[in-house]
Amino acid sequence: MTTSPIHRAAQSTPDGVARKIRGLSDRAIAWIFVAPTIFLLLAVNIFPLIWTIRLSFTNFRVNRPNNDVEWVGLRNYKRILSDPDIWNTMQATAHFLLWTIALQVLIGFFLAFLINKKFKGNDLWTTIIVFPMMLSPAVVGNFWTFLYQPQIGLFNYVVAFFTGADPASFSMIGDVHLAPWAIIIADTWMWTPFVMLICLAGLRSIPDSIYEAAECDRASKWRQFWTITIPMALPFLMLAVLFRGIENFKMFDLVVQLTGGGPGNTTTLTSIDLKREAFEKWRTGYSSAYAVILFVTVFGLASIYVKALNKVKER
Amino acid sequence: MSFSVTEPNKSTKWFAGLLVVTYAVVTIIPLLWIIATGFKSPADSISYPPVVVFEPTLEGYVNLFTDRTRATDDMLEAAGPPQTWYDEIARKRGTIISGPSRYGERFLNSVIIGFGSTFLCMVLGTAAAYAFSRFRVPLKDDLLFFILSTRMMPPIAVAIPIFLMFRNLGLNDTHLGMILLYTAVNLSLSVWLLKGFIDEIPIEYEEAALIDGYTRFQAFYKVVLPQAATGIASTAIFCLIFAWNEYAFAVLLTSGTAQTAPPFIPNIIGVNGKDWPAVAAGATIFLVPVMVFTVLLRKHLLRGITFGAVRK
Repeated sequence: MTTSPIHRAAQSTPDGVARKIRGLSDRAIAWIFVAPTIFLLLAVNIFPLIWTIRLSFTNFRVNRPNNDVEWVGLRNYKRILSDPDIWNTMQATAHFLLWTIALQVLIGFFLAFLINKKFKGNDLWTTIIVFPMMLSPAVVGNFWTFLYQPQIGLFNYVVAFFTGADPASFSMIGDVHLAPWAIIIADTWMWTPFVMLICLAGLRSIPDSIYEAAECDRASKWRQFWTITIPMALPFLMLAVLFRGIENFKMFDLVVQLTGGGPGNTTTLTSIDLKREAFEKWRTGYSSAYAVILFVTVFGLASIYVKALNKVKER
Repeated sequence: MSFSVTEPNKSTKWFAGLLVVTYAVVTIIPLLWIIATGFKSPADSISYPPVVVFEPTLEGYVNLFTDRTRATDDMLEAAGPPQTWYDEIARKRGTIISGPSRYGERFLNSVIIGFGSTFLCMVLGTAAAYAFSRFRVPLKDDLLFFILSTRMMPPIAVAIPIFLMFRNLGLNDTHLGMILLYTAVNLSLSVWLLKGFIDEIPIEYEEAALIDGYTRFQAFYKVVLPQAATGIASTAIFCLIFAWNEYAFAVLLTSGTAQTAPPFIPNIIGVNGKDWPAVAAGATIFLVPVMVFTVLLRKHLLRGITFGAVRK
């Protein structure tokens, strides 16, 4: 077993040399294995981020490369933070975030609760429910515009069927009041399964023995739900909210295909607004400052939230 | 069967099952509607009330894969009888097929970029995950958090400098550029997931291999890799699905040669405006593979979507 020439050579040589004969040292291998990943991330993520920060202090415009690039200090930031349109955008984003998270948590948790009753065939139905979230949001979002068509759209038809309204009388995408709900409905349809899966894992992690003990103490089902199920599933619920929060703060593909930010600016979420500034108006410096503000916001909120999450977990 | 107080009774199960099945049926309808619309004629696709029973036609698929020009009766006569079944479908609408559409090309781009980035991502990700799992890497936690944090950035926010950088390097609208970009985006997922999978392989296996005279490297690819095969496969499918579905970078950084299917499908336009059956046909071909993968992945779904934070 240990008679290979390499091994015999290794045994009779000093430690350092032996390691060289037997192959690279662990330390060297660790670096060789990690370095390409770190390098690629630095090149494609961190370098651009630093570049964005640098550009955010200039008046650079991509479409006018021959203009002199001037250092404008904090002017871009001041402009953004004092621009009422940005606050409208932020409000639209907040509205979208709050409602999608609320609906997805409620429906997702309820579904998980039901699936956890272990009825026959629950695996099959869970897989079917999960389909929407795995699909391309852009392609699916585009198709939702078809479902939302007044008169011919399936969504309008179904709503009309149950309410008796005229299916041609309302346009989910064209109406300023309905459009924010159009994106909330589509997003909820798509991402409720995500919350459901995480909640299901949470519910399944609760040991049966706790319920058995509660049953011995004659705690009612209702009481068991509020004092055992909810507190023990809470860290999972919070994790689901964190993921959905970050994802929906970045939301672009689904909504841009559904409404394109319209009508007016009613569904212009921050990512869509940023895309307009950067790739339609080509205000590179300005939009870079915008991007930095967004990133700091996500990162800041996420860190605070993760701290809260860890506290809940410790309990 | 042993009696358990925590086992829900029969009527509870039945009721829960009924509600879940109802939800599943409602949620699957939009997807079934996409598939059905792909087989409808244009008139059926926009009829009121929406039709559920219809005469299936491949017109949507023909329109998806071809470019057609409107032809006058004289032109149709001059062109002679239709040569193929798809020619016949086009002729019925008074159009002549002028050539293949760009959908095939876009689909192929999705395949090349999807598989290319997945492969690269798995090579880099497995190596990094192994190192993070088994060695004492300086600043390990910081590096892991750094890798994860790259996922928090809105794609649009980094798209500007990536656009500039790619332009300088000549990578805009190239397959290589998109492969590198998607690899970088997916690395966070693959490193975190794979680290979890490798952590679960008992370290004793490798120690035994090392004692037997394997080098570290041999132990890695002869012992660890085969053990981690399921984990690597499911991680690869997650990376593939992400690259397959990605839209924001694709729409901003590609326009011609390297454009993938997601930015292309919504812009399919027929001779008379939006051609919904063709859009639906394009969407069906694009979405069905993902549904198949979802079924294959169902055991590891949770792990994948939470970056390994939740394991079953």
